[in-house]
Amino acid sequence: MRFGVLRFPGTCDEVDAQLACERVGEATILWHGDTDLQGVDAIVVPGGFSYGDYLRVGAIARFAPIMESVIRFAREGGPVLGICNGFQVLCEAGLLPGALLPNKTLRFVCRQVDLVVEHADTVFTNACAEGERLSIPAKHTTGCWYAPRELYEQVEANGQVLLRYAPGENFNGSLGDVAGVRNEAGNVFGLMPHPEHAVDPLTGSVDGLKLFQSIANHVGAHV
Amino acid sequence: MSETATAPHRALGLTDAEYELIVDKLGREPNAVELSMFSLMWSEHCAYKHSKKLLGQLPTEGPYLLMGPGENAGAVDVGDGLAIAFKVESHNHPSAVEPFQGAATGVGGILRDVFAVGARPIAVLDSLRFGELDSARSRYLLEHAVGGIGHYGNSIGVPTIGGELYFEGPYEQNCLVNAMALGIAEADRLTRSAATGPGNALILFGALTGRDGIGGASVLASAELGEGDADKRPTVQIGDPFAEKKLMECSLELLDRELLVSLQDLGAAGLTSSSSEMASKGGLGLDIHVDRVPLREPGMEPFEIMVSESQERMLCVVEPARVDEVLAVCAKWETTATVIGEVTDSGRLRVLSGGDVVGDMPVEALVDDCPLYDLAPEKPSAPIYPTPARTLPPDTGARAILPALLGSWNVADRRPVFEQYDCLVQSRTVRRPDDADAAVLLLPAPADGGARPAIAVSIDGSGRRVACDPYRGTVEAVLECAANLACVGAEPLGLTNCLNFGNPEKPHIAWQLSESVRGMADACRALDVPVVGGNVSLYNEGPEGPIYPTPVVGMVGRLPDAARAGRLGFAVEGDAIAFAGPFAPALPGSELAKLRGEPLPDGLPEIDVASVRKAQEAVRDAVRRGELRSAHDVAEGGLAVALAECCLGGDHGARVDFRGAGSEGERLLETLFGEGAGGFVLSGPRPALAALAREIQLTFVGEVTGSDLVLTLDDEATLSWPLAELREARSRGLADAIG
Repeated sequence: MRFGVLRFPGTCDEVDAQLACERVGEATILWHGDTDLQGVDAIVVPGGFSYGDYLRVGAIARFAPIMESVIRFAREGGPVLGICNGFQVLCEAGLLPGALLPNKTLRFVCRQVDLVVEHADTVFTNACAEGERLSIPAKHTTGCWYAPRELYEQVEANGQVLLRYAPGENFNGSLGDVAGVRNEAGNVFGLMPHPEHAVDPLTGSVDGLKLFQSIANHVGAHV
Repeated sequence: MSETATAPHRALGLTDAEYELIVDKLGREPNAVELSMFSLMWSEHCAYKHSKKLLGQLPTEGPYLLMGPGENAGAVDVGDGLAIAFKVESHNHPSAVEPFQGAATGVGGILRDVFAVGARPIAVLDSLRFGELDSARSRYLLEHAVGGIGHYGNSIGVPTIGGELYFEGPYEQNCLVNAMALGIAEADRLTRSAATGPGNALILFGALTGRDGIGGASVLASAELGEGDADKRPTVQIGDPFAEKKLMECSLELLDRELLVSLQDLGAAGLTSSSSEMASKGGLGLDIHVDRVPLREPGMEPFEIMVSESQERMLCVVEPARVDEVLAVCAKWETTATVIGEVTDSGRLRVLSGGDVVGDMPVEALVDDCPLYDLAPEKPSAPIYPTPARTLPPDTGARAILPALLGSWNVADRRPVFEQYDCLVQSRTVRRPDDADAAVLLLPAPADGGARPAIAVSIDGSGRRVACDPYRGTVEAVLECAANLACVGAEPLGLTNCLNFGNPEKPHIAWQLSESVRGMADACRALDVPVVGGNVSLYNEGPEGPIYPTPVVGMVGRLPDAARAGRLGFAVEGDAIAFAGPFAPALPGSELAKLRGEPLPDGLPEIDVASVRKAQEAVRDAVRRGELRSAHDVAEGGLAVALAECCLGGDHGARVDFRGAGSEGERLLETLFGEGAGGFVLSGPRPALAALAREIQLTFVGEVTGSDLVLTLDDEATLSWPLAELREARSRGLADAIG
C-alpha cells in the first residue's frame, strides 16, 4: 500500500511521517500546490506549522489546492490521518468534529504521554487492544480539543473518541481527556500526539507504529 | 552642541584614529553611505579588533576537521562521507533589550550560518545566563528568551536538544543568550562563501529589507549596556520563522540542484558584511544596485538598505545562465528573489542607486584593514565581583544541604524550560535532555548495514568558575564538555566557542580574556580537539559592572553504535556504584559556597589534564563496550548532587559508603559537595567496573538499591533521603520561580 504525506510551506514533521509510513508500506510526499493525489491508498496530514500558524492554526492550509482533493478522497471513504497540525487542518476543513484551542498553560509543551485506546475495531487502531496504553510524545501549543456540549455528547455517544490521555497526562486541558477523535464515518482520524515519533526503539517507544500498521491492515483488507 | 555629539563617526562607534585611517584608505573623506558601512565592518562584532590577535593561539587543525574558522560554520568528518557543520553565536545585547525577538533571531541567525554551508540543520542547543530569579527582570528575561527560542526552533522544525542555564547576579542587566546549531551534509558538498567569476549575478533572496536592526552590530553589540537601552529597541531585529523555514528549504534545494556558485547568509551588518565578505574571500569586487533591493517600506536611504539587519535573507552568486532556474526555485518556495548586482574584477565594493555611484570602497579596506588592538591585561588587585547573598542558614548540615542544592536555581530540574522545546522532530533524538550528560543524535544507517552510528553534543561553560580563575575555569569548561561526551560513549571531534566577556579595553577584562583564551588553547591541545569556529561577544557590562567571564564551549563527538549510547540514571537494582577519575573536590567557588554567601576564591586548584583525559577515554570505551549501565560526570553540587541525579534519573535508590570523610564538619561537606574537574559516578556489573579499575583511578562505593539515597558516614551515622523528597526539591526549584 502507499501513503501520501502532505507538505505545506511550514510543515515540519512530514519526513518523520514518511519514515513511519515506510515501516509498513510505501510513502510519497504530496505538494500543497498540486491537486493530484497520485493514486495513494491513505493520506497523512503531518505536523508542523503550516503557513507559520498565521491567522489561526490550520486555517490557511485548509484552503490549499491539495486539500480539495483530500476532502473529496475523505468523502469517498479514503483513510485520512491528521497528526498535530494535521489534526488542526482537518478540523478547520470540517472533516473532524471540534476545534483545537491553546493549551491551558498557553505554552508549548513537549512531553512523552500515555494514551488509552478506547476502541480497537477501527481503521486506525485495529493493531491495538481496547484499553491498551500507548506511550507517544506530544508537542504543541494549540492542542486543547474542544467541542460545544451537544456536539461533544454526540461524539462520545458515537464512540468517536479513539484515544484518550491516561489519568494525569492531559496537559493541554482537552475536553474529556480527548487525545484523538474520528469522524462519524470512521475513515478520518486526528490526534495531537505524534505517533510518527514513536516508531523506532533507538529514539523512544514503538507504540506509535501501531496506528500506521492499523491503516495498512485496513487498506490491505479492502483492496 | 559639543563636538562629540556632532562628529558622525563617533556617533557610529569609530575612534578618531580609525576615521583618519579610513580617509587614508579611500584617499578622501567617506560619504554617509561609506561611513555607515565602515563603522559596521570595523566594529568589534564584525572585525574582532580586540580579540583577533588572541584567537590565533587556538588550535584549528585536527584529524576530523573539514572546514575551520572563517566560513559561516565549521565542519567535522563523521564518517561514511558525511560532515557535521556547527557553530555557536551570541545574541546577548539584543536579548537584554528585547528578550523574545533577541533570542528568536539568535536561533534564526545561527541556523542560517549552518544552512549557508549547505548543511541541513538537525539540532539547536542554547546556553543562557540571567541574574538571580528573585528579580522580576530576570524572570521576565528568562521567560521571554526561552519563549523566543522555542517559537523559532519549534516552528522551523529543528529540534532543540540541549543547553545550559545559570543564574548569577553579574548577569542581571546583561543576560547571555548563546545559540548553537548543527547541520548535516555530504562532506564533498559543503559550500563556501567566496564570490567567484566576474560577470556572475548576485541574487538576494528571502524576506524584504526594512528598517529593523539598523546599526545592531555597532551600536548594540559593540558597546556597553547603559541607561536609555529601551531606546535601542529599534536596533533589535524581528524574526519570522515561517519565512526562514521557506528560506531554508529553498536554499537547500538550490544547493542540491547545484545552481549556486556560493552562498552567504545576511547577519550582523546585513548586506554590507555579507557582500564584502563574499568579495574578500574571492579576491574580487561587487557592484550592488540598492534600488533593486525589494523593500518593506518606501523611502529607505541607500545606507539604510546596505546596513539593515532584517532577518531571513540570503545572498548568492549565480552563473548568468542559471539565474532563471534559481528564480524559479525561489518562486516555488514563495521566496522573493532579485538580481541586485554582479561580481566584478575591480576589487571594489560599489553601491549604485538610480545609476549613480553612491559608495565606492576597496573591499580589502572594509574587510581586512580594520586596526587590530593589543590588549593591556592586568590582573585585578582586588575582587571585582560582589559576594553573593547568603541563602542558606549559617549552620545548615549535610542532611539539609542536599535538597537545598537540588532546589537551587543552578542545579534544579531544567524540565520547565526544555519542555518548551521540540526535541524530537527529524527523528534522530536517541538521548533527550535529562536522559544523559550529552544529547545523542542518530546518523544515517551505514551502507554495510552495521551498527547505527550517532553524534553527541554538549554545550558548557561556568562563568562562576572562570571568574575564580580565568585560566583553569576555562580548562574546566572544555574538560566538562568532553566528560559529557565520554558519558554517552562519544569521542570529541571538534569544538566551537563563544567568548562572552566585558569591555576588553579595561585591563582586568583584558586579563580575563587573555587567560581564558590561553586556557582554552591548552585544553584543546591536551585533548587534541580543534576549534572549528566561534564567536566573540565583548562589552557585556553595564553601570553595575561586568558579567562573569563566560567562555561557552560547544563540543561535537561521534559514537559508533547508537544502541549503546550511555545514560546518566541508575538502571538495575544490585549494580555496583563507583567513583572514577582524578577528582579532588574543593568547596571554594562551588555552588554550595554560593548558597553560603562566600566570596569567589582567587584561583582554582591545579588540574591534571592528562589524567582527566585518560579517565574520560576509559569511561568512553567502557560505555562503548556496553559494560556500564550509567555514567554521569560530577559537576555543580559535587558528588552528592551527582548521586542524587543518578538516582532520580533512573528512579532507583542507592547505598553509598562515605566512611573516612568524617561524620560532620567542613571535611564532610567538602567530600559531598566540593567541585572540580575529572570525576564520574558510574554504575554497572561489578566485574566490568573492576576491569576499569585496572586502567584508571576507581573506587567501589556502593550499590543501586531501594528507593532512598543512603550515605554511610561511619559505623553509626548515616544520611538518608527518600527519593520522593529529593525529586520534589529538584523539580520545584525552577518551576516555582517561573510558574
